[in-house]
Amino acid sequence: MLKINNLHAKIDGKEILKGLTLEVPAGQVHAIMGPNGAGKSTLSYVLTGRTGYDVTGGSASLNGEDLLGLDASERATRGLFLSFQYPLEIAGVPALTFIRSALNAQRKARGEDEIKAPDFLKLARTQAAALKIDFDMLKRPLNVGFSGGEKKRMEIFQAAMLSPRFLILDETDSGLDIDALKIVSEGVNAMRSPERSMLVITHYQRLLDYIKPDRVHVLAGGRIVQSGGPELALELEREGYDKYARAA
Amino acid sequence: MSLSSALETGEVSRLPGRRDEDWRWTDLRGLLKALPPRSAGLPPEELEAGAFDALGDDIRILAGGAETQAVVVDEDVETTVVLRFLSRAATSLQASVTLHVGAGAKLTVYETYEGDGSAYVTNADLRFEIAVGASVERVVLASDGEEGILVSQAGVKLGAGSAFSQTIATTGARRQRLETTVEHPGAGAEVRLDGLYLLAGKRHADLTTTVRHLGVDGSTSQLTKGVVRDQSRGVFQGRIVVEPGADRTEARMGHHALVLSDRAEVDARPELLIHADDVQCAHGNTIGALDEEAIFYMEQRGLSEVMARALLIGAFVSEVADRLRAPGGRDVVQDWIAEHMEVAS
Ligand SMILES: Nc1ncnc2c1ncn2[C@@H]1O[C@H](COP(=O)(O)OP(=O)(O)OP(=O)(O)O)[C@@H](O)[C@H]1O
Ligand SMILES: [Mg+2]
Repeated sequence: MLKINNLHAKIDGKEILKGLTLEVPAGQVHAIMGPNGAGKSTLSYVLTGRTGYDVTGGSASLNGEDLLGLDASERATRGLFLSFQYPLEIAGVPALTFIRSALNAQRKARGEDEIKAPDFLKLARTQAAALKIDFDMLKRPLNVGFSGGEKKRMEIFQAAMLSPRFLILDETDSGLDIDALKIVSEGVNAMRSPERSMLVITHYQRLLDYIKPDRVHVLAGGRIVQSGGPELALELEREGYDKYARAA
Repeated sequence: MSLSSALETGEVSRLPGRRDEDWRWTDLRGLLKALPPRSAGLPPEELEAGAFDALGDDIRILAGGAETQAVVVDEDVETTVVLRFLSRAATSLQASVTLHVGAGAKLTVYETYEGDGSAYVTNADLRFEIAVGASVERVVLASDGEEGILVSQAGVKLGAGSAFSQTIATTGARRQRLETTVEHPGAGAEVRLDGLYLLAGKRHADLTTTVRHLGVDGSTSQLTKGVVRDQSRGVFQGRIVVEPGADRTEARMGHHALVLSDRAEVDARPELLIHADDVQCAHGNTIGALDEEAIFYMEQRGLSEVMARALLIGAFVSEVADRLRAPGGRDVVQDWIAEHMEVAS
């Protein structure tokens, strides 16, 4: 599914990713943990095509297709979705209007018909109910004035509506209260399928109790420095990143 | 000296220009070295359907060399008038319209400025006399050609308890001034003065308003939004004067612009001059760019960059269309926004 090989990337002349290699096979969920500033969000931005990054080496592909030559919307159309660490506010555009435009843009780019308005509304109602999102909130401009936790919940709602093939969740758990963490995790788990993979970036083992990863990786100093099973997350929780800081 | 007297006398040397405080951003003197001949009018067969024709009870065409017309709305009558100012073929047009609106009457005015590609000069003077308890909604669409020069000045006099609501939408011209001056009696009268400019290329648009509150208990609400790109230039001058004794005035003024290129420019001068006590006045003026982070976020969801920009710009300006009361007019303005979004983005 996702293959990253020896990826190097700079921003403003500063190298952040320094030879990162990672592979997430179809149907799997991998977690990335690592100290602040290690390059986790940078990795998610480089993969999704945010401008400003200079990829100086390596490769990244999704289902065999090179990602780095595509622009951000093309990558989204190929099924790449990023749940942002800090979701943006979209002034004046109601959440539902935005999501419908995005969904139809993706369908159009894939040569599919637009979704019919009643079908879209039905889907939105079902997914909103599952994530316990008040439907009226979807009529408000996207994320404008939403609380931190509401924004995160809205990210997962968008994922559920757009049905991507590969999800990157960048600290989706931060800002969520105890109940919301559970609801959002259930929403994410409902999306798990043999055709879909996920990369879950988090600082807290607790999220991984809900969303059980197949593999856990440590990202430090712009590289994957350690990989293991779910037990690695427990070890990190106990011991921190000290030894990796030195390794990086 | 105004453009209308220049058109009368043919004398261009004393036109308003850079050195006149209120015209410093809309220089006519430096631009107009000679005036084109007067328009002889437009043959009917060249007249295409106007954007508002379907909504009007009374359609007036102003295309001749010098036009003077009067619209009279009797007491308690409800009607819709369409005024079409047509500028054509390297000519000049001087048109004056007086609108008398009787007590309790309700008038909707749809006004269009329609220009061709030539270097024309058009001056329009409008006078609204609005009696007690009457209400007027004025919707202006200015679709000038890029070589055109237009000055439109409207003077508004209001009776007690009356209402005047205005929305001006423009794509600008070579040089264009759309000016409104309101004498506000207070006395429960309500004024709304909104504007919208979407400019590209080398176009210029100047939305200037002056509201003078003369008595107690009046309200004015103003919202102007603009988007400029390329080398275009938007001008907003909004002045609200609250005269001594005009207590309990409520005035709100907002002007917000998006500047989409380095060479585009917005000049704004919002002024609240308050000489009375116990007034509620507020104004806000912002000039910014599109949020590039938000655009990446939208692209990440699958929207192309062009669509993302258009969606943000559309959301930004549609607030002005939403304030329109006349539903037919609101639809036309919304279509107009959709049509010009491509240009603006
Ligand atoms: N424009 C920039 N110029 C220079 N350095 C930058 C720039 N943007 C980000 N960085 C640096 O890149 C590094 C990686 O940042 P990144 O956001 O990827 O970290 P992270 O692993 O996601 O951290 P966190 O756990 O705190 O979210 C940080 O040291 C950050 O300061
Ligand atoms: Mg981060």
